[in-house]
Amino acid sequence: MEWLTLTIDGREVSVPKGTTVLDACRMNNIPIPTLCHAPELTSAGACRLCVVQIEGMRNLPPSCVTQAAQGMKVETQNPKVRQARKTILELLVANHPLDCMTCQKMGDCSLAEYAYDYGVTGEIYQGEKRCLPIDDSNPFILRDPNKCILCGKCIKACTEIQGKSILDFSFRGFDTQVGPAFNLPYKESDCDFCGSCVSVCPVGALTEKQMVGKGRPWEVSKVQTTCPFCGVGCNFDLNVKDGKVIGVTSNPEAPVNGKALCVKGRFGMDMIYSDNRVTTPLIRKNGELVPADWDEALDLVASKLGEIKKTYGPNSIAALSSAHCTNEENYLMQKFMRAVIGTNNIDHCART
Amino acid sequence: MAENQRILVCAGTGCASSGALPIIDILKEEIKRQGLEETVKVVGTGCQGFCEKGPTLVIEPQHILYTRVTKEDVQEIISQELIKGERVERLLLIDQTTQKPVSLMSDINFFSKQHRIVLHNCGVIDPQKITDYTERDGYKGIQKALKEMSPEEVMEEVKKSGLRGRGGAGFPTGLKWGFCRQTPSDKKYIICNADEGDPGAFMDRSVLEGDPHSVIEGMLIGAYAIGADEGYVYCRAEYPLAIKHLEIAIKQAEEAGYLGDNILGSGFSFRLNVFAGAGAFVCGEETALMASIEGKRGMPRVRPPFPAVSGLWGKPTNINNVETWSNIPHILRNGAEWYTQFGTEKSKGTKIFALTGKVNNTGLVEVPMGTTLREIIFDIGDGIQGGKKFKAVQIGGPSGGCLPEDMLDLAVDYDTLTQAGAMVGSGGLVIMDETTCMVDIARYFLNFSKKESCGKCTPCREGTTRMYEILDRITKGEGKEEDLDTLENLAYTIKETSLCGLGQFAPSPILATLKYFRHEYEAHIHDHKCPAHNCTALLSYTIDTEKCKMCSLCAKNCPTNCISGDKKTNTPYVIDEDKCIKCGTCMEKCKFGAISRA
Ligand SMILES: Cc1cc2nc3c(=O)[nH]c(=O)nc-3n(C[C@H](O)[C@H](O)[C@H](O)COP(=O)(O)O)c2cc1C
Ligand code: SF4
Ligand code: SF4
Ligand code: SF4
Ligand code: SF4
Ligand code: SF4
Ligand code: SF4
Ligand code: FES
Ligand code: FES
Repeated sequence: MEWLTLTIDGREVSVPKGTTVLDACRMNNIPIPTLCHAPELTSAGACRLCVVQIEGMRNLPPSCVTQAAQGMKVETQNPKVRQARKTILELLVANHPLDCMTCQKMGDCSLAEYAYDYGVTGEIYQGEKRCLPIDDSNPFILRDPNKCILCGKCIKACTEIQGKSILDFSFRGFDTQVGPAFNLPYKESDCDFCGSCVSVCPVGALTEKQMVGKGRPWEVSKVQTTCPFCGVGCNFDLNVKDGKVIGVTSNPEAPVNGKALCVKGRFGMDMIYSDNRVTTPLIRKNGELVPADWDEALDLVASKLGEIKKTYGPNSIAALSSAHCTNEENYLMQKFMRAVIGTNNIDHCART
Repeated sequence: MAENQRILVCAGTGCASSGALPIIDILKEEIKRQGLEETVKVVGTGCQGFCEKGPTLVIEPQHILYTRVTKEDVQEIISQELIKGERVERLLLIDQTTQKPVSLMSDINFFSKQHRIVLHNCGVIDPQKITDYTERDGYKGIQKALKEMSPEEVMEEVKKSGLRGRGGAGFPTGLKWGFCRQTPSDKKYIICNADEGDPGAFMDRSVLEGDPHSVIEGMLIGAYAIGADEGYVYCRAEYPLAIKHLEIAIKQAEEAGYLGDNILGSGFSFRLNVFAGAGAFVCGEETALMASIEGKRGMPRVRPPFPAVSGLWGKPTNINNVETWSNIPHILRNGAEWYTQFGTEKSKGTKIFALTGKVNNTGLVEVPMGTTLREIIFDIGDGIQGGKKFKAVQIGGPSGGCLPEDMLDLAVDYDTLTQAGAMVGSGGLVIMDETTCMVDIARYFLNFSKKESCGKCTPCREGTTRMYEILDRITKGEGKEEDLDTLENLAYTIKETSLCGLGQFAPSPILATLKYFRHEYEAHIHDHKCPAHNCTALLSYTIDTEKCKMCSLCAKNCPTNCISGDKKTNTPYVIDEDKCIKCGTCMEKCKFGAISRA
């Protein structure tokens, strides 16, 4: 691998060729604020918050889309750079509802965090503010376009992660919006409700509806787990408050799926507390399903299977297994059928 | 009566909209009826450059110019001019200095002081006939390139000519071609940028309407040099005539074997498509333009990669402006050396400007680079309308800046103008006189930029609106002490952090007016006065009781009935400032000059 040496804030650092200035900074623990950048998405270079000063370059280039070069001299914190970032933040805040007190995103909001860092007051630019309707049309995603900072990450997530391209920009200039075609509510679009868009939104424009009002980010502990819904084995974080799961958020470190999840994994976890859940084995007695313990149930199944095999032969038995099970469980199921029962009559709900 | 006369009637968009087309029909009919068809030919041409005086027509071979012609004038033109050989005086141009009519184009500064290379055929040939083009050496450039030169030699010739892009930035054309040529690829495109979004600029439209083959030939030569086999002309849909003429020209060029496979037996092939853009200023930015052709939202993207590496559909692409392409055939035909005699050391050739505003002659003017603003405005433009005083000239449209009177002797070229805080841009020249408020001008251009911002990047999307709001407040007399600092900080941030040229140059009108006309801003903010008496909210009308004859004319005409007074009781006439809407009617009506505005 070819390495480059550059100077960042007077410090010499070496990075592999092909590294952006932003990544070069982050590899060396030099903080750069970003709003439209996400490592898993292609870079748009749109928010312009990550600007730095680079010797010999015109203007203030955005670090997320500028390649590091040999001998480059980068300044990330000089007054000019900080002033430009502050102005950009002031501009965003001037067109933003300052609802932090009641906003679900508070505590995990990039805009709020940077505004604090840069001492933004929100008082310099007084003028027109957006006032757009909130999209509350579906049970999963709450969209508040007034909080949207138009970073475009949701658009890229939908296209690049989910492959659906439901979202895009509409209108121009100050009137620009992000949403489904014709600005339809999410529910009326072809959205899969995978929530990838929510997972990348840096502010409270897209939030998990189920979690609204149930807990603040700092009250929640995150428990990484594997999704029980299907064999893909996605990992995510259960958001737990006071011993109760209030929702699910992506865990960017998830080895199988990264931030991607499907609607079941991301928004289906409320089934934990469903009254309709079957929590013990049930045995039909006198035409009625009666709760039983595991030993009783397993004994019953074993004896019945043994009887049927003896009377009618192994091929009179078939097994259907589920995508809810892990690979290992499915493996065991077929092993059991072939080796113990002695039949090839096996099938799986996900076969078609 | 002279033999072989031609009547060149302008049928460009400007003149067509002021009634030129019926004139052509009637002229043809009448000439036929009077049996003059053998000696007089009527030609509908592209723009002759003098649109504001349109419909215009030129009698050849004498080059007599008639202006503001109507269909009712046709008979007289035939009987007087064609038959008797005498001028129809009332249709001649009046020279503003001598106040006398002038007839010969060589006596009209507007034409005689120009140097037309790109506009060589515009207004002279019938753009719908390929033969009109070939008769004036058309397609000789591509013939020379294909028969006598290698692609490298063509590129070298363009490099040597010193031609720089006419789309605004002035990037050396030959160098740009070289980048695209160097990128290895199975497919390359070239594009002609005919989006022309600058308000007031219309040279690209005129070239496409009046001489479409010159653009096609330029692109052919470029494609040969670069190694591209397909091209697009991206033309805004608001230019239907340009699109029509271009499509006719493409068809004729295909039939004549200049476009298609194995052109002129050389083995070189090239196809040309026309794409009608939906008309957004930002679609003139090259990456947005290509996104638009690809069917995506017209939004710029970050560069690199530059189009020469990854352009249209990811293929190496070379994009040039209409005027740039149109220069190419001339360079090939006459040689780079010939071309370098025009212009300055670093800006070669000519540039077309769209001269508008408070100047006597408005229209399209082509002058060698390095011509001074004074020559353009006072010689070609014939000075300021109504004998008023020149105040400033806005160069380069919404991305450019205003220059004051003491910069009139600046030579117009890329580097000089950029240094002065303006830019050549697409070549818009808006002339302003003493009645123009410079804060209001900045506000006007910011209103344009804020509406045309694509919304992608924060500084431009949010910042242009805030700059506009501050300017709007200042023109309403609600400016605050700290506004100029806020404005300046915002302007520099937007300039330095925006993604594309639209945002980077949107603050230019503010920065230039702050540099040269700061006192006007201060007068608005501190004294609540508009020195140009333009900003309505800051005006006040008063009646001078000494001069007032109590005729009551003002009171009778005031739309809000806010003037009171009575002659019988000797009550003086006064204006109720709270109710006055500053319409100025009273001042206009008063015969005794008793009402003044401040
Ligand atoms: C906002 C914006 C608008 C532009 N509009 C035009 C245009 O209307 N016509 C044009 O030729 N170039 C326009 N340009 C410049 C093009 O991006 C590009 O530089 C040019 O077409 C290159 O041609 P040239 O090298 O021949 O000048 C625009 C640039 C920006 C940033
Ligand atoms: S999105 Fe962020 S800045 Fe906006 S209201 Fe919510 S917490 Fe505050
Ligand atoms: S939920 Fe998924 S499919 Fe729907 S818009 Fe968001 S990313 Fe696209
Ligand atoms: S909704 Fe969120 S992710 Fe999408 S553009 Fe707005 S701020 Fe960015
Ligand atoms: S159900 Fe969805 S989230 Fe859960 S593992 Fe399967 S794909 Fe992943
Ligand atoms: S500078 Fe303006 S027009 Fe250009 S990308 Fe940014 S928002 Fe769009
Ligand atoms: S300016 Fe118009 S509204 Fe005011 S006093 Fe005169 S006529 Fe009346
Ligand atoms: S993070 Fe670099 S431009 Fe948005
Ligand atoms: S359109 Fe006729 S002179 Fe321009």
